[in-house]
Amino acid sequence: MRIEANETPVKQETLHSSPVVIEMEHLKKSFGKNHVLRDINFKVYEGENIVVLGKSGTGKSVLIKCIVGLLDIDDGKLVILGKNVADLKERELIEIHKKIGFLFQSAALYDSMSVRENLEFPLKRQLPVISNDAMELLVVEALKNVGLSDAIELSPSELSGGMRKRLGLARTLILKPEIMLYDEPTTGLDPITSKEISNLIMEVQKKNKTTSIIITHDIECAKLTANRIIVIKDGVFAAEGSFAELEKSADDWVRSFFE
Amino acid sequence: MDNDTGTDSTTTEASALKTGEVESHGFSAYIFNALFIEVASLTTFTLRFFKELLRPPYEFGELIKQSFLIGYKSLPLIGITGFIIGLVLTIQSRPTLAKFGATSWLPAMVAVSIIREIGPVISALIFAGKAGSGIGAELASMNVTEQIDAMQVSGTNPFKYLVVTRVLAATVTLPILIIFSDAIGLMGSFVAVNLKDHVSVSLYFSLIFQSLDFNDVFPALIKSVFFGFAIGMIGCYKGYTSNKGTEGVGKAANAAVVFASLMVFIIDMIAVQITSLFQG
Repeated sequence: MRIEANETPVKQETLHSSPVVIEMEHLKKSFGKNHVLRDINFKVYEGENIVVLGKSGTGKSVLIKCIVGLLDIDDGKLVILGKNVADLKERELIEIHKKIGFLFQSAALYDSMSVRENLEFPLKRQLPVISNDAMELLVVEALKNVGLSDAIELSPSELSGGMRKRLGLARTLILKPEIMLYDEPTTGLDPITSKEISNLIMEVQKKNKTTSIIITHDIECAKLTANRIIVIKDGVFAAEGSFAELEKSADDWVRSFFE
Repeated sequence: MDNDTGTDSTTTEASALKTGEVESHGFSAYIFNALFIEVASLTTFTLRFFKELLRPPYEFGELIKQSFLIGYKSLPLIGITGFIIGLVLTIQSRPTLAKFGATSWLPAMVAVSIIREIGPVISALIFAGKAGSGIGAELASMNVTEQIDAMQVSGTNPFKYLVVTRVLAATVTLPILIIFSDAIGLMGSFVAVNLKDHVSVSLYFSLIFQSLDFNDVFPALIKSVFFGFAIGMIGCYKGYTSNKGTEGVGKAANAAVVFASLMVFIIDMIAVQITSLFQG
Protein backbone atom coordinates (compact mmCIF):
# COMPACT_ATOMS: atom_id res chain seq x y z
CA MET A 1 0.00 0.00 0.00
CA ARG A 2 1.45 3.37 -1.03
CA ILE A 3 1.24 6.22 1.45
CA GLU A 4 0.80 9.61 -0.09
CA ALA A 5 2.52 12.78 1.04
CA ASN A 6 -0.65 14.32 2.40
CA GLU A 7 -1.33 11.31 4.65
CA THR A 8 -0.22 12.32 8.16
CA PRO A 9 1.83 9.93 10.28
CA VAL A 10 0.47 8.64 13.61
CA LYS A 11 0.16 11.31 16.31
CA GLN A 12 3.08 11.37 18.75
CA GLU A 13 0.77 11.47 21.82
CA THR A 14 -0.58 8.03 20.83
CA LEU A 15 2.96 6.61 20.59
CA HIS A 16 4.15 7.97 23.94
CA SER A 17 2.03 5.33 25.68
CA SER A 18 4.06 2.62 23.86
CA PRO A 19 7.17 1.00 25.38
CA VAL A 20 10.47 2.87 25.14
CA VAL A 21 12.76 1.27 22.56
CA ILE A 22 15.78 3.58 22.76
CA GLU A 23 16.68 5.84 25.67
CA MET A 24 19.62 8.21 25.91
CA GLU A 25 20.67 10.17 28.99
CA HIS A 26 23.47 12.75 28.98
CA LEU A 27 25.10 11.01 26.03
CA LYS A 28 28.46 12.44 24.99
CA LYS A 29 30.81 11.68 22.10
CA SER A 30 34.00 13.47 21.12
CA PHE A 31 36.72 13.01 18.50
CA GLY A 32 39.85 14.46 20.08
CA LYS A 33 39.01 18.04 21.01
CA ASN A 34 35.94 18.07 18.79
CA HIS A 35 32.94 17.53 21.10
CA VAL A 36 30.33 16.32 18.63
CA LEU A 37 27.57 15.18 20.99
CA ARG A 38 27.60 17.21 24.20
CA ASP A 39 24.50 16.20 26.13
CA ILE A 40 21.88 14.17 24.32
CA ASN A 41 18.72 13.13 26.18
CA PHE A 42 15.76 11.52 24.47
CA LYS A 43 13.45 8.54 24.27
CA VAL A 44 12.18 6.73 21.20
CA TYR A 45 8.89 4.88 21.57
CA GLU A 46 7.89 1.68 19.81
CA GLY A 47 6.50 2.27 16.34
CA GLU A 48 7.69 5.88 16.26
CA ASN A 49 9.35 7.56 13.28
CA ILE A 50 11.77 10.20 14.51
CA VAL A 51 13.44 12.55 12.07
CA VAL A 52 16.69 14.24 13.15
CA LEU A 53 17.52 17.53 11.47
CA GLY A 54 20.58 19.74 11.83
CA LYS A 55 23.40 21.37 9.92
CA SER A 56 26.11 19.19 8.43
CA GLY A 57 28.73 18.14 10.97
CA THR A 58 26.48 18.54 14.01
CA GLY A 59 26.64 14.86 14.93
CA LYS A 60 23.43 13.44 13.46
CA SER A 61 25.15 10.46 11.84
CA VAL A 62 27.38 10.04 14.90
CA LEU A 63 24.23 9.71 17.00
CA ILE A 64 22.85 6.75 15.04
CA LYS A 65 26.30 5.18 14.67
CA CYS A 66 26.48 5.17 18.49
CA ILE A 67 23.10 3.41 18.60
CA VAL A 68 24.11 0.70 16.13
CA GLY A 69 27.50 0.15 17.80
CA LEU A 70 29.78 1.49 15.07
CA LEU A 71 30.98 4.09 17.57
CA ASP A 72 31.34 3.82 21.34
CA ILE A 73 29.88 6.56 23.50
CA ASP A 74 32.26 8.47 25.77
CA ASP A 75 29.83 9.16 28.59
CA GLY A 76 26.15 8.90 29.48
CA LYS A 77 23.59 6.14 29.30
CA LEU A 78 22.30 4.32 26.23
CA VAL A 79 19.46 1.84 26.71
CA ILE A 80 18.31 -0.22 23.69
CA LEU A 81 15.28 -2.52 23.92
CA GLY A 82 15.39 -2.26 27.71
CA LYS A 83 19.07 -3.16 28.06
CA ASN A 84 21.80 -0.76 29.15
CA VAL A 85 24.52 -1.09 26.52
CA ALA A 86 27.28 -0.43 29.09
CA ASP A 87 26.27 -3.53 31.10
CA LEU A 88 26.23 -5.92 28.16
CA LYS A 89 28.94 -8.42 27.26
CA GLU A 90 30.21 -8.53 23.68
CA ARG A 91 27.97 -11.46 22.68
CA GLU A 92 24.85 -9.81 24.20
CA LEU A 93 25.73 -6.58 22.45
CA ILE A 94 25.95 -8.37 19.09
CA GLU A 95 22.50 -9.89 19.72
CA ILE A 96 21.06 -6.42 20.41
CA HIS A 97 22.71 -4.98 17.30
CA LYS A 98 21.20 -7.77 15.19
CA LYS A 99 17.78 -6.26 15.96
CA ILE A 100 18.86 -2.93 14.48
CA GLY A 101 18.89 -2.23 10.74
CA PHE A 102 21.03 0.55 9.28
CA LEU A 103 20.61 2.10 5.85
CA PHE A 104 23.85 3.86 4.97
CA GLN A 105 23.94 7.16 3.09
CA SER A 106 25.84 5.48 0.24
CA ALA A 107 23.76 2.27 0.61
CA ALA A 108 27.13 0.49 1.23
CA LEU A 109 26.41 -2.32 -1.22
CA TYR A 110 29.07 -5.01 -1.60
CA ASP A 111 30.53 -4.23 -5.03
CA SER A 112 32.09 -7.66 -5.49
CA MET A 113 28.70 -9.39 -5.08
CA SER A 114 25.58 -9.48 -7.26
CA VAL A 115 22.22 -8.14 -6.08
CA ARG A 116 21.25 -11.68 -5.06
CA GLU A 117 24.50 -12.22 -3.15
CA ASN A 118 24.12 -8.85 -1.40
CA LEU A 119 20.81 -10.08 0.02
CA GLU A 120 22.03 -13.60 0.75
CA PHE A 121 25.08 -12.35 2.66
CA PRO A 122 23.29 -11.18 5.86
CA LEU A 123 21.02 -14.25 5.76
CA LYS A 124 23.97 -16.65 5.58
CA ARG A 125 25.75 -14.81 8.40
CA GLN A 126 22.83 -14.60 10.80
CA LEU A 127 20.88 -17.73 9.84
CA PRO A 128 23.64 -20.28 9.08
CA VAL A 129 21.23 -23.25 8.92
CA ILE A 130 18.80 -21.68 6.46
CA SER A 131 17.98 -23.85 3.42
CA ASN A 132 18.59 -22.63 -0.12
CA ASP A 133 14.85 -22.70 -0.89
CA ALA A 134 13.98 -20.63 2.17
CA MET A 135 16.75 -18.19 1.34
CA GLU A 136 15.53 -17.85 -2.25
CA LEU A 137 12.00 -17.10 -1.01
CA LEU A 138 13.27 -14.39 1.35
CA VAL A 139 15.46 -12.83 -1.35
CA VAL A 140 12.65 -12.74 -3.90
CA GLU A 141 10.21 -11.30 -1.35
CA ALA A 142 12.70 -8.64 -0.22
CA LEU A 143 13.31 -7.52 -3.81
CA LYS A 144 9.60 -7.52 -4.58
CA ASN A 145 8.94 -5.29 -1.54
CA VAL A 146 11.29 -2.63 -2.91
CA GLY A 147 10.29 -3.06 -6.55
CA LEU A 148 13.58 -4.58 -7.73
CA SER A 149 12.46 -8.08 -8.75
CA ASP A 150 14.01 -7.75 -12.21
CA ALA A 151 17.42 -6.73 -10.87
CA ILE A 152 18.25 -9.96 -9.03
CA GLU A 153 21.14 -11.01 -11.27
CA LEU A 154 22.60 -7.52 -11.80
CA SER A 155 25.68 -6.19 -10.06
CA PRO A 156 25.48 -3.03 -7.89
CA SER A 157 27.47 -1.05 -10.48
CA GLU A 158 24.60 -1.53 -12.94
CA LEU A 159 22.03 0.08 -10.61
CA SER A 160 20.95 3.74 -10.47
CA GLY A 161 21.21 5.80 -7.25
CA GLY A 162 17.58 5.17 -6.35
CA MET A 163 17.87 1.44 -7.07
CA ARG A 164 20.99 1.23 -4.91
CA LYS A 165 19.11 2.85 -2.01
CA ARG A 166 16.23 0.41 -2.52
CA LEU A 167 18.59 -2.54 -2.55
CA GLY A 168 20.34 -1.23 0.57
CA LEU A 169 16.94 -1.02 2.23
CA ALA A 170 16.00 -4.54 1.08
CA ARG A 171 19.29 -5.93 2.42
CA THR A 172 18.65 -4.31 5.79
CA LEU A 173 15.00 -5.34 5.99
CA ILE A 174 15.57 -8.96 4.99
CA LEU A 175 16.55 -9.66 8.61
CA LYS A 176 13.34 -8.00 9.87
CA PRO A 177 14.94 -5.58 12.36
CA GLU A 178 12.90 -4.07 15.19
CA ILE A 179 14.65 -0.71 14.87
CA MET A 180 15.58 0.98 11.58
CA LEU A 181 18.17 3.74 11.35
CA TYR A 182 18.31 5.72 8.12
CA ASP A 183 21.35 7.88 7.37
CA GLU A 184 20.22 10.49 4.83
CA PRO A 185 18.11 8.06 2.78
CA THR A 186 17.19 10.56 0.06
CA THR A 187 20.51 12.40 -0.36
CA GLY A 188 21.63 12.67 -3.98
CA LEU A 189 18.30 11.56 -5.42
CA ASP A 190 15.88 13.48 -7.63
CA PRO A 191 12.61 14.69 -6.02
CA ILE A 192 10.51 11.87 -7.50
CA THR A 193 12.88 9.11 -6.37
CA SER A 194 13.24 10.83 -2.99
CA LYS A 195 9.48 10.70 -2.57
CA GLU A 196 9.46 7.03 -3.57
CA ILE A 197 12.09 6.26 -0.93
CA SER A 198 10.14 8.25 1.68
CA ASN A 199 7.01 6.29 0.77
CA LEU A 200 8.98 3.08 1.04
CA ILE A 201 10.13 4.02 4.54
CA MET A 202 6.50 4.53 5.55
CA GLU A 203 5.46 1.25 3.95
CA VAL A 204 8.20 -0.57 5.84
CA GLN A 205 7.15 1.05 9.07
CA LYS A 206 3.52 0.05 8.58
CA LYS A 207 4.24 -3.47 7.37
CA ASN A 208 6.94 -4.47 9.87
CA LYS A 209 5.91 -2.12 12.71
CA THR A 210 9.50 -0.97 13.06
CA THR A 211 10.72 1.96 15.07
CA SER A 212 12.76 4.37 12.96
CA ILE A 213 15.24 7.19 13.33
CA ILE A 214 15.76 9.07 10.09
CA ILE A 215 18.65 11.48 9.57
CA THR A 216 17.84 13.81 6.71
CA HIS A 217 18.19 17.26 5.19
CA ASP A 218 15.18 16.60 2.97
CA ILE A 219 12.23 18.52 4.41
CA GLU A 220 9.76 16.72 2.16
CA CYS A 221 11.03 13.38 3.50
CA ALA A 222 10.75 14.74 7.08
CA LYS A 223 7.21 15.97 6.45
CA LEU A 224 6.13 12.65 5.02
CA THR A 225 7.75 10.30 7.52
CA ALA A 226 8.08 12.05 10.90
CA ASN A 227 5.90 11.51 13.96
CA ARG A 228 8.37 13.69 15.80
CA ILE A 229 11.26 15.90 14.66
CA ILE A 230 14.38 16.66 16.67
CA VAL A 231 16.75 19.46 15.68
CA ILE A 232 20.40 19.19 16.76
CA LYS A 233 22.57 22.27 17.22
CA ASP A 234 26.12 22.24 18.63
CA GLY A 235 25.79 18.71 19.99
CA VAL A 236 22.57 19.22 21.93
CA PHE A 237 18.89 19.08 21.03
CA ALA A 238 17.80 22.59 20.07
CA ALA A 239 14.15 21.81 19.39
CA GLU A 240 11.66 18.96 19.39
CA GLY A 241 8.10 18.63 18.14
CA SER A 242 5.87 17.72 15.24
CA PHE A 243 6.49 19.09 11.76
CA ALA A 244 3.62 21.56 12.14
CA GLU A 245 4.92 22.80 15.50
CA LEU A 246 8.51 23.30 14.40
CA GLU A 247 7.47 24.89 11.15
CA LYS A 248 5.94 27.70 13.24
CA SER A 249 8.75 27.78 15.81
CA ALA A 250 9.53 31.12 17.45
CA ASP A 251 13.24 30.36 16.95
CA ASP A 252 14.38 31.76 13.59
CA TRP A 253 17.20 29.21 13.32
CA VAL A 254 14.85 26.26 13.79
CA ARG A 255 12.25 27.74 11.46
CA SER A 256 14.91 28.26 8.77
CA PHE A 257 15.05 24.47 8.22
CA PHE A 258 11.44 24.47 7.10
CA GLU A 259 11.60 27.44 4.75
CA MET B 1 34.99 -1.13 19.12
CA ASP B 2 35.16 2.53 18.35
CA ASN B 3 35.21 2.74 14.58
CA ASP B 4 36.47 -0.74 13.91
CA THR B 5 38.92 0.36 11.25
CA GLY B 6 40.69 2.76 13.60
CA THR B 7 40.43 5.64 11.15
CA ASP B 8 39.43 8.32 13.63
CA SER B 9 42.23 7.69 16.07
CA THR B 10 44.79 7.57 13.28
CA THR B 11 43.50 10.82 11.79
CA THR B 12 43.49 12.58 15.14
CA GLU B 13 46.98 11.43 15.95
CA ALA B 14 48.24 12.41 12.54
CA SER B 15 46.72 15.90 12.71
CA ALA B 16 48.04 16.41 16.23
CA LEU B 17 51.49 15.47 15.01
CA LYS B 18 51.30 17.78 12.03
CA THR B 19 50.22 20.81 14.00
CA GLY B 20 52.12 20.42 17.23
CA GLU B 21 55.06 18.08 16.91
CA VAL B 22 56.75 19.61 13.88
CA GLU B 23 56.77 23.08 15.42
CA SER B 24 57.81 22.10 18.94
CA HIS B 25 60.27 19.23 18.40
CA GLY B 26 61.46 19.55 14.82
CA PHE B 27 61.13 17.41 11.75
CA SER B 28 63.22 14.44 12.95
CA ALA B 29 61.08 14.08 16.09
CA TYR B 30 57.98 14.22 13.92
CA ILE B 31 59.29 11.45 11.66
CA PHE B 32 60.33 9.35 14.66
CA ASN B 33 56.92 9.75 16.31
CA ALA B 34 55.07 8.97 13.07
CA LEU B 35 57.20 5.85 12.59
CA PHE B 36 56.66 4.79 16.19
CA ILE B 37 52.88 5.20 15.88
CA GLU B 38 52.86 3.25 12.59
CA VAL B 39 54.89 0.37 14.04
CA ALA B 40 52.72 0.26 17.18
CA SER B 41 49.57 0.34 15.09
CA LEU B 42 50.81 -2.46 12.79
CA THR B 43 51.83 -4.54 15.80
CA THR B 44 48.37 -4.14 17.37
CA PHE B 45 46.82 -5.07 14.03
CA THR B 46 49.00 -8.19 13.79
CA LEU B 47 48.19 -9.26 17.36
CA ARG B 48 44.52 -8.86 16.57
CA PHE B 49 45.01 -11.11 13.55
CA PHE B 50 46.30 -13.95 15.75
CA LYS B 51 43.50 -13.41 18.27
CA GLU B 52 40.81 -13.53 15.58
CA LEU B 53 42.52 -16.43 13.79
CA LEU B 54 41.98 -18.73 16.76
CA ARG B 55 38.38 -17.71 17.55
CA PRO B 56 35.46 -19.43 15.78
CA PRO B 57 33.61 -19.14 13.45
CA TYR B 58 36.19 -19.98 10.78
CA GLU B 59 35.67 -18.51 7.32
CA PHE B 60 36.79 -21.50 5.19
CA GLY B 61 34.66 -20.57 2.19
CA GLU B 62 36.09 -17.06 2.00
CA LEU B 63 39.63 -18.42 2.56
CA ILE B 64 39.31 -20.72 -0.47
CA LYS B 65 37.83 -17.88 -2.56
CA GLN B 66 40.67 -15.54 -1.60
CA SER B 67 43.30 -18.22 -2.23
CA PHE B 68 41.89 -18.52 -5.74
CA LEU B 69 41.75 -14.75 -6.31
CA ILE B 70 45.11 -13.95 -4.74
CA GLY B 71 47.07 -17.07 -5.64
CA TYR B 72 45.68 -18.65 -8.78
CA LYS B 73 45.23 -15.35 -10.57
CA SER B 74 48.87 -14.41 -9.90
CA LEU B 75 50.06 -17.62 -11.54
CA PRO B 76 50.55 -16.33 -15.13
CA LEU B 77 52.47 -13.22 -14.04
CA ILE B 78 54.70 -15.12 -11.63
CA GLY B 79 55.27 -17.84 -14.26
CA ILE B 80 56.28 -15.42 -17.03
CA THR B 81 58.57 -13.51 -14.66
CA GLY B 82 60.18 -16.73 -13.46
CA PHE B 83 60.84 -17.91 -17.02
CA ILE B 84 62.44 -14.60 -18.03
CA ILE B 85 64.60 -14.51 -14.89
CA GLY B 86 65.89 -18.05 -15.55
CA LEU B 87 66.57 -17.25 -19.18
CA VAL B 88 68.31 -13.91 -18.56
CA LEU B 89 70.35 -15.11 -15.60
CA THR B 90 71.72 -18.01 -17.66
CA ILE B 91 72.56 -15.84 -20.68
CA GLN B 92 74.25 -13.20 -18.50
CA SER B 93 76.24 -15.71 -16.43
CA ARG B 94 77.59 -17.73 -19.33
CA PRO B 95 80.38 -15.31 -20.49
CA THR B 96 81.82 -14.99 -16.97
CA LEU B 97 81.86 -18.74 -16.41
CA ALA B 98 83.27 -19.26 -19.91
CA LYS B 99 86.30 -17.09 -19.00
CA PHE B 100 87.19 -19.64 -16.31
CA GLY B 101 86.22 -22.61 -18.47
CA ALA B 102 83.42 -23.46 -16.06
CA THR B 103 80.35 -23.43 -18.30
CA SER B 104 79.53 -26.94 -17.08
CA TRP B 105 78.75 -25.30 -13.74
CA LEU B 106 76.10 -23.10 -15.32
CA PRO B 107 73.03 -25.24 -14.46
CA ALA B 108 74.16 -25.69 -10.86
CA MET B 109 74.95 -22.00 -10.36
CA VAL B 110 71.67 -20.85 -11.88
CA ALA B 111 69.66 -23.41 -9.90
CA VAL B 112 71.19 -22.42 -6.57
CA SER B 113 70.72 -18.71 -7.37
CA ILE B 114 67.11 -19.13 -8.39
CA ILE B 115 66.02 -21.47 -5.63
CA ARG B 116 67.88 -19.88 -2.74
CA GLU B 117 67.44 -16.20 -3.52
CA ILE B 118 66.27 -14.82 -6.83
CA GLY B 119 63.14 -16.94 -7.26
CA PRO B 120 61.63 -16.24 -3.81
CA VAL B 121 62.57 -12.54 -3.73
CA ILE B 122 61.51 -11.65 -7.28
CA SER B 123 58.28 -13.65 -6.96
CA ALA B 124 57.53 -11.99 -3.61
CA LEU B 125 58.10 -8.53 -5.11
CA ILE B 126 55.80 -9.33 -8.04
CA PHE B 127 53.25 -10.72 -5.58
CA ALA B 128 53.51 -7.55 -3.46
CA GLY B 129 52.84 -5.47 -6.57
CA LYS B 130 49.87 -7.52 -7.69
CA ALA B 131 48.21 -9.05 -4.63
CA GLY B 132 49.45 -6.56 -1.97
CA SER B 133 48.25 -3.50 -3.85
CA GLY B 134 45.01 -5.28 -4.78
CA ILE B 135 44.25 -6.11 -1.16
CA GLY B 136 45.13 -2.56 -0.03
CA ALA B 137 42.99 -0.90 -2.67
CA GLU B 138 40.04 -3.27 -2.22
CA LEU B 139 39.85 -2.88 1.56
CA ALA B 140 40.41 0.89 1.39
CA SER B 141 37.63 1.15 -1.18
CA MET B 142 35.33 -0.91 1.04
CA ASN B 143 36.25 1.42 3.90
CA VAL B 144 35.42 4.54 1.88
CA THR B 145 32.06 3.20 0.73
CA GLU B 146 31.13 2.05 4.26
CA GLN B 147 31.01 -1.62 3.19
CA ILE B 148 33.12 -2.61 6.21
CA ASP B 149 30.70 -0.79 8.53
CA ALA B 150 27.79 -2.48 6.73
CA MET B 151 29.35 -5.88 7.40
CA GLN B 152 29.74 -5.07 11.06
CA VAL B 153 26.14 -3.88 11.30
CA SER B 154 24.89 -7.10 9.67
CA GLY B 155 26.47 -9.17 12.45
CA THR B 156 29.68 -10.14 10.63
CA ASN B 157 33.12 -9.63 12.12
CA PRO B 158 34.74 -7.73 9.22
CA PHE B 159 38.27 -8.23 10.53
CA LYS B 160 37.86 -12.00 10.55
CA TYR B 161 36.02 -12.10 7.23
CA LEU B 162 38.24 -9.69 5.30
CA VAL B 163 41.64 -9.56 7.00
CA VAL B 164 42.20 -13.03 8.44
CA THR B 165 41.18 -14.78 5.21
CA ARG B 166 43.34 -12.58 2.98
CA VAL B 167 46.45 -12.82 5.17
CA LEU B 168 46.08 -16.61 5.38
CA ALA B 169 45.49 -16.88 1.63
CA ALA B 170 48.65 -14.84 0.92
CA THR B 171 50.68 -16.89 3.43
CA VAL B 172 49.58 -20.21 1.95
CA THR B 173 49.66 -19.36 -1.75
CA LEU B 174 52.95 -17.46 -2.06
CA PRO B 175 55.19 -20.49 -1.21
CA ILE B 176 53.26 -22.53 -3.81
CA LEU B 177 53.69 -19.74 -6.36
CA ILE B 178 57.40 -19.56 -5.59
CA ILE B 179 57.86 -23.33 -6.13
CA PHE B 180 56.03 -22.90 -9.45
CA SER B 181 58.13 -19.86 -10.37
CA ASP B 182 61.38 -21.69 -9.52
CA ALA B 183 60.37 -24.63 -11.74
CA ILE B 184 59.49 -22.33 -14.63
CA GLY B 185 62.72 -20.37 -14.05
CA LEU B 186 64.76 -23.57 -14.37
CA MET B 187 62.91 -24.33 -17.60
CA GLY B 188 63.87 -20.85 -18.83
CA SER B 189 67.46 -21.58 -17.91
CA PHE B 190 67.31 -24.89 -19.81
CA VAL B 191 66.11 -23.02 -22.91
CA ALA B 192 68.95 -20.48 -22.53
CA VAL B 193 71.57 -23.23 -22.13
CA ASN B 194 70.29 -24.90 -25.31
CA LEU B 195 70.58 -21.70 -27.30
CA LYS B 196 74.35 -22.35 -27.49
CA ASP B 197 74.85 -25.93 -26.29
CA HIS B 198 72.86 -29.09 -26.71
CA VAL B 199 71.99 -30.52 -23.32
CA SER B 200 69.25 -33.08 -22.79
CA VAL B 201 66.48 -32.42 -20.25
CA SER B 202 67.49 -35.41 -18.14
CA LEU B 203 71.16 -34.37 -18.03
CA TYR B 204 70.30 -30.76 -17.29
CA PHE B 205 68.01 -31.59 -14.40
CA SER B 206 70.30 -34.27 -13.01
CA LEU B 207 73.07 -31.63 -12.86
CA ILE B 208 70.65 -29.32 -11.03
CA PHE B 209 69.50 -31.91 -8.49
CA GLN B 210 73.09 -32.96 -7.79
CA SER B 211 73.96 -29.39 -6.91
CA LEU B 212 71.01 -28.78 -4.58
CA ASP B 213 70.62 -29.98 -1.02
CA PHE B 214 68.23 -29.52 1.90
CA ASN B 215 69.91 -26.26 2.99
CA ASP B 216 69.13 -24.67 -0.37
CA VAL B 217 65.45 -25.60 -0.55
CA PHE B 218 64.10 -25.60 3.01
CA PRO B 219 65.20 -22.09 4.18
CA ALA B 220 63.88 -20.61 0.92
CA LEU B 221 60.53 -22.26 1.49
CA ILE B 222 60.34 -21.06 5.09
CA LYS B 223 61.18 -17.47 4.20
CA SER B 224 58.59 -17.50 1.43
CA VAL B 225 55.93 -18.24 4.08
CA PHE B 226 57.04 -15.10 5.95
CA PHE B 227 57.06 -13.10 2.70
CA GLY B 228 53.45 -14.10 2.04
CA PHE B 229 52.39 -13.30 5.60
CA ALA B 230 54.07 -9.87 5.50
CA ILE B 231 52.60 -8.95 2.11
CA GLY B 232 49.08 -10.02 3.13
CA MET B 233 49.31 -8.33 6.51
CA ILE B 234 50.66 -5.01 5.20
CA GLY B 235 48.13 -4.93 2.35
CA CYS B 236 45.28 -5.54 4.78
CA TYR B 237 46.64 -3.09 7.35
CA LYS B 238 47.02 -0.27 4.84
CA GLY B 239 43.59 -0.88 3.31
CA TYR B 240 41.65 -1.55 6.48
CA THR B 241 43.00 1.48 8.35
CA SER B 242 43.07 3.88 5.40
CA ASN B 243 41.71 7.38 5.82
CA LYS B 244 38.28 7.97 4.40
CA GLY B 245 38.12 9.42 0.93
CA THR B 246 39.09 8.36 -2.57
CA GLU B 247 42.60 9.72 -2.05
CA GLY B 248 43.00 7.16 0.73
CA VAL B 249 42.40 4.29 -1.72
CA GLY B 250 45.34 5.27 -3.93
CA LYS B 251 47.55 5.94 -0.94
CA ALA B 252 46.67 2.59 0.62
CA ALA B 253 47.49 0.68 -2.59
CA ASN B 254 50.75 2.57 -3.02
CA ALA B 255 51.82 2.24 0.60
CA ALA B 256 50.96 -1.47 0.59
CA VAL B 257 53.37 -2.12 -2.30
CA VAL B 258 56.16 0.09 -0.94
CA PHE B 259 56.09 -1.26 2.63
CA ALA B 260 55.52 -4.87 1.58
CA SER B 261 58.48 -4.71 -0.85
CA LEU B 262 60.67 -3.18 1.84
CA MET B 263 59.55 -5.85 4.28
CA VAL B 264 60.45 -8.59 1.76
CA PHE B 265 64.07 -7.34 1.71
CA ILE B 266 64.20 -7.01 5.51
CA ILE B 267 62.86 -10.55 6.01
CA ASP B 268 65.30 -11.82 3.36
CA MET B 269 68.21 -10.16 5.13
CA ILE B 270 67.23 -11.72 8.46
CA ALA B 271 66.61 -15.13 6.83
CA VAL B 272 70.06 -15.10 5.19
CA GLN B 273 71.70 -14.30 8.54
CA ILE B 274 69.83 -17.09 10.33
CA THR B 275 70.54 -19.60 7.53
CA SER B 276 74.25 -18.75 7.54
CA LEU B 277 74.36 -19.42 11.30
CA PHE B 278 73.14 -22.98 10.74
CA GLN B 279 75.35 -23.53 7.73
CA GLY B 280 78.42 -22.43 9.65
